[in-house]
Amino acid sequence: MSTSLGTPGTARDIVRTRFTATQRTLHWLMAAAILAMLFIGVGMKSTITPKYLTLVSIHKPLGIAILVLALLRLGVRLRFGTPPLPADLPAPMRLGAVLSHWALYALMIVMPLLGWAMLSAAGYPIRLGAGITLPPILAQDDHLHAVLWSLHSNLAFVFFALILLHLAAGLFHALVRRDGVFEAMAPVSDNSVPGHRTPTAAE
Amino acid sequence: MIAGVVGVSAAAFAYTAGWLSPHRLTPTRMVDGFGPTTPEKLGHRRNHAKGICFTGVFDANGAGSALSKARVFAAGSYPVIGRFNLGTPNPQATDASVRVRGLSIDIHTPDGGEWRSGMISVPFFPVSNPQAFYALLEASGSKDPNAMGQFAAAHPEIKPFGAWAKTAPWTGSYAEERYNGVNAFLFTDDAGNTRAVRWTMEPAAQPVPVSPDELAKQGPDVLEKEITERIAKEPARWTLRLQVANDGDPTADPSKAWPADRRTVDAGTLVVQKIEPESDGPCRDINYDPTVLPAGVSTSDDPFPAARSAAYAKSYDLRSAEAAHYPRNDGKPEGATP
Repeated sequence: MSTSLGTPGTARDIVRTRFTATQRTLHWLMAAAILAMLFIGVGMKSTITPKYLTLVSIHKPLGIAILVLALLRLGVRLRFGTPPLPADLPAPMRLGAVLSHWALYALMIVMPLLGWAMLSAAGYPIRLGAGITLPPILAQDDHLHAVLWSLHSNLAFVFFALILLHLAAGLFHALVRRDGVFEAMAPVSDNSVPGHRTPTAAE
Repeated sequence: MIAGVVGVSAAAFAYTAGWLSPHRLTPTRMVDGFGPTTPEKLGHRRNHAKGICFTGVFDANGAGSALSKARVFAAGSYPVIGRFNLGTPNPQATDASVRVRGLSIDIHTPDGGEWRSGMISVPFFPVSNPQAFYALLEASGSKDPNAMGQFAAAHPEIKPFGAWAKTAPWTGSYAEERYNGVNAFLFTDDAGNTRAVRWTMEPAAQPVPVSPDELAKQGPDVLEKEITERIAKEPARWTLRLQVANDGDPTADPSKAWPADRRTVDAGTLVVQKIEPESDGPCRDINYDPTVLPAGVSTSDDPFPAARSAAYAKSYDLRSAEAAHYPRNDGKPEGATP
């Protein structure tokens, strides 16, 4: 298992070429959740049919689930880090990779909080379904609602654009550079990734 | 290939957002149907724009528990923030010029439950579905003199509304109106039985017919003045009457009233105790979204509550962004602001 990093003393000696299984699971689970979330978000704002209520009733609990997963994922990321980027990756691409990843983390955490705060400022009850109601995190305030709503809806498009960029970059690594960056996060087992080193306990 | 994947993803997103479907009836189009946003409308509700706040209680007698497990029907007294209003997008309309009056309520119960409802003085909705309502808005806003005639020909369900508008007596008070929930909701009792229910607020005050001309002579805000003076003397009351559908009654079409012989349950009394101007009143910032319901009440196959929820949210998003234009006092004494 590539997840066994051994004791802290040996961790820095191990050069992992893939994200840990926990990180890969979180990544693909959240990729599906976030894409669904963005589509539900723009979809629900585009209809007055009963689908509107169904979409809203998914949007709220899914958003909170993404918030919880994102915090968990941030912890895992800080604990396990990332495999190094290829040494020959040009500096602008390296910078782009680092900045876009932190922007994605920020949005994963900020978007649900903005949504929660926005509903609080509007004085709506925040029902997640199954009898669960979240407390408001802000007092009711028209002006604040307007600011939060504007941020929530505009950042959704920024988020989607970043995801498209992330997708394009992933495919670029997989199909053009073929440098193992895509394989580091690919939703497949270690054994099916050629050249992957599985650290052993001895390392 | 990369460009293809990204392009298809972006196109799917644009389609979902409705950008590729200009004919989709979006909340924005529905709200725009109420006409151009002239300066005096900024910061106000996009429909039922003129109103006045009240506070009071709902005294439940417990009888409603036979239909719904919601706490609001268990015997007890629960606080209400409400709003009397006029069915017009113009916040400066004169009271005698608006045919349809409304009552909105927001009731909180100690279990965290909340029930918001907006009712109107018409006993049924003018049209059958939200698309027809949008068509009605378009026809009534049209410069084409034949537009309304064409609409009525295509939507014969509008006829009873026309008859009501002509023949139903006008009254000189918000307190003398019966307010009708119009939409059907599903009530679920403790045993899990679900029934379709509509509700009305039956006024305790005796309606006194008055002609709109007489009413107009009493000033542009006659209803607001009247209700303020009336409630200052004593509270006004309504009985909440729940009407239960028989099997086969139309639940998806609020333009069809259910027969009067259907089972009814009087669930309690709405007591209006205090009137406050909307400008700094507690109802000002409430979106009376009819899908904010307590556990034990849920939406039915009536398409209107979902459409209202979507359109009201749009209206709220717009007016909260325009709050700086709204003539609020923010606690300053009356007359302190121009």
